[in-house]
Amino acid sequence: MRNTRHWGLTMSDSHEELGFWRKYVFSTDHKIIGIQYGITALVFMFFGFSLMMMMRWQLAYPGQAIPLIGALLGETFVSNGAMLPEFYNQLGAMHGTIMVFMGIVPLAVGAFGNFVVPLQIGAPDMAFPRLNMMSYQAFVIGGVIMLASFFVPGGAASSGWTSYAPLSDIATTGQTYWLLGMIFLIFSSLLGAINFIVTIIHLRAEGMTFFRLPFFVWSQLVTAFLLLLAFPALQAAAVFQLMDRLAGTSFFLPSGLVVGGEASAAVGGGSPLLWQHLFWFLAHPEVYVLILPGMGIVAEVIAINTRKPLWGYRTMVYSLVFLGFMSFCVWAHHMFLTGMGTTMSTFFQITTMIISIPSVIILSCLVISLWGGSIRFPVPMLFALAFLPMFGIGGLTGLPLGLAVPDVYLHDSYYVIGHFHYVVAPGTIFAMFAGIYHWYPKATGRAMNESLGKLHFWLSFVFMNGIFMPMMFEGMAGVSRRLFDPTIYNTGAGAHGLTVISSWSAWCLALSQLPFIYNFFASMRKKERAEENPWQATTLEWATPTPPPHGNFPSPPVVERGPYEYSVPGAASDFSPQAVKQGV
Amino acid sequence: MSAIDLPYQIEPHPITGVTSGKLGIWLFLASEVMLFGSLFSSYVLLRVGSGMEFWPSGVEAGLNVPIGTFNTMVLIGSSVTMVMSWASLKMNNLGAFKRYFGTTIFLGLLFLVVKAFEYSDKFSHGVFPWVGWPEAGDPSTFYALYFTLTGLHALHVLLGILPNLWLLIFGVAMWETDRERFTGRIEIAGLYWHFVDLVWIFLFPVLYLL
Repeated sequence: MRNTRHWGLTMSDSHEELGFWRKYVFSTDHKIIGIQYGITALVFMFFGFSLMMMMRWQLAYPGQAIPLIGALLGETFVSNGAMLPEFYNQLGAMHGTIMVFMGIVPLAVGAFGNFVVPLQIGAPDMAFPRLNMMSYQAFVIGGVIMLASFFVPGGAASSGWTSYAPLSDIATTGQTYWLLGMIFLIFSSLLGAINFIVTIIHLRAEGMTFFRLPFFVWSQLVTAFLLLLAFPALQAAAVFQLMDRLAGTSFFLPSGLVVGGEASAAVGGGSPLLWQHLFWFLAHPEVYVLILPGMGIVAEVIAINTRKPLWGYRTMVYSLVFLGFMSFCVWAHHMFLTGMGTTMSTFFQITTMIISIPSVIILSCLVISLWGGSIRFPVPMLFALAFLPMFGIGGLTGLPLGLAVPDVYLHDSYYVIGHFHYVVAPGTIFAMFAGIYHWYPKATGRAMNESLGKLHFWLSFVFMNGIFMPMMFEGMAGVSRRLFDPTIYNTGAGAHGLTVISSWSAWCLALSQLPFIYNFFASMRKKERAEENPWQATTLEWATPTPPPHGNFPSPPVVERGPYEYSVPGAASDFSPQAVKQGV
Repeated sequence: MSAIDLPYQIEPHPITGVTSGKLGIWLFLASEVMLFGSLFSSYVLLRVGSGMEFWPSGVEAGLNVPIGTFNTMVLIGSSVTMVMSWASLKMNNLGAFKRYFGTTIFLGLLFLVVKAFEYSDKFSHGVFPWVGWPEAGDPSTFYALYFTLTGLHALHVLLGILPNLWLLIFGVAMWETDRERFTGRIEIAGLYWHFVDLVWIFLFPVLYLL
């Protein structure tokens, strides 16, 4: 019974045959779980992107009926087809929440981590396969709760993805769903993080020492520690806020709070700033959770396509670990405007400047790695190369925000949106695309179409910048980020041309994804199989049959050298695989 | 569908010196430390932020220190019997294991029952999570914290008792097939239980005595 086909996946299975449900839905195989995570996360990301496209309409053409879908939305969302302010707030909050917690993190960690890490370290599976399955299921439950919240009275959460109190404490029912959904998502990443750390420490193949780990595995290890130790702060905050909302406590409600002109009935005595501290204690490490796996993917793709070792591999690893540690010490740079005092601001400015150093080191190492290479330009390499300047712009525009004085002006403006989207959208998402094009032949045994891939890349590259570059200027012109209709102020009205450019770029970016979506599904059905090692790569995932069978390696691999031995003088070919001989 | 035999389920890994399960539970506990660390930090921030004169001590607020002390002893006792149950397995004495492990579960339940009586006593005096400390001029979140922190802790106790019950009634069958692995499971259950005990040892003085 070789080659049971489904979704283009080919399983040559010497183990017992499993039914459809056990094999694809309740699977404990890390590769299937990785693909489940990947597809679910891509769907959520597309949904989150659609929310944003509706917002862009309201921003570019305030008060006009939304074309095509305006008539389909219910009374609670639109009036005569034009968006209601309440709905705009829901879209903003849910776009951020979905993209961060249900899109990028599950894709970067759940999908790529799950699929690639055990293969790259030569392990038969993750250390706790059933926990792995539970982690995915908790993610789906959390995601469903989040989506369901659009249909409760008052709609979804509308207090921003940061859910700042006291606004979120007194918001409609959707906020309770947000908190419950978040608790499931946190539980999911807790299980995942434990699994990754144990797997990477315990299940490395013979000879796979820590400094023979591919950089991608290192990035997943550090990411897992961030998820493990940072998320509990939000867990605590979510419990407090649930108590505030359901049991009438006042953890985040201060005394003398006035809501809508009337004194609040709450007891008071709480602290709105407490929420911000707890939230950002999670959310700053979370920023690094978003970017580190992307850096890992880019490092792999660059090393393979320059045909030379990564420049400064060890330096990069040390920088990565230091970055992970420092990310716990910078959270209050999001709070310079809260009046927490100059001493605190000074401390967090210093740590913020310090944390930029390892990021710059990693980026510099990646750039220097290009020097003197004989570079190939397949689609994953294009995305990886684009990552470098895009992440560079995102990172450098963050420096003024990390210093309290310029932050006073730039805080809560479109500049902030431009800054972090440059890190996450053309930064991390490009790295994710690089990873999809790069490992697709491993997962499906088929190569994706190069021409469609290049079309996808160039269009995405242009429109990504078309969306976010104007935002930088809007922000510097003083446009606030949370306005339903920015044209009511002179700043917004003056910069309206830029807003329109941004909006059209966003819709064009959506159209640019069509070649990718078509390519993604059509390539699975190709007859022609990809080569076993199409990129001539050294790492272990390319040393298994494609697609890898249950248990990954027919016999345990024995690792003999580092991950980036390309163009070794005197070697038989320009790449020397990590494991040449198989163990017994 | 465990067609794959993963290594280090029973034998310790040469680098870490523990099995995968034990490393996993230690990492889980590290995460729990961050959870309770966040909760205790919030306690400090809210208490300092409220102005000390408005914050009642546990006794002033009407918490019953003797009952709290009794419950502390109950949990510490359950940790001792937990160690004894694991040691009994190491000495191949299944009968002693069942007695000690059963006692641990019983003491855990006793703790919850006592806690429930404390809660209902508060409720009957009109003290609820949403009541600020009424005697002070300015409301404090003392009771909100008391119910949230002890409630979360009680939830942790319950989530320890349930798997322990499963291990005692069903899981124990593994003793016949794979003694080392079962002993490992009891050790992991024990590590979690000691952590829950340790959290209470911090909670008790912070809420009742300070």
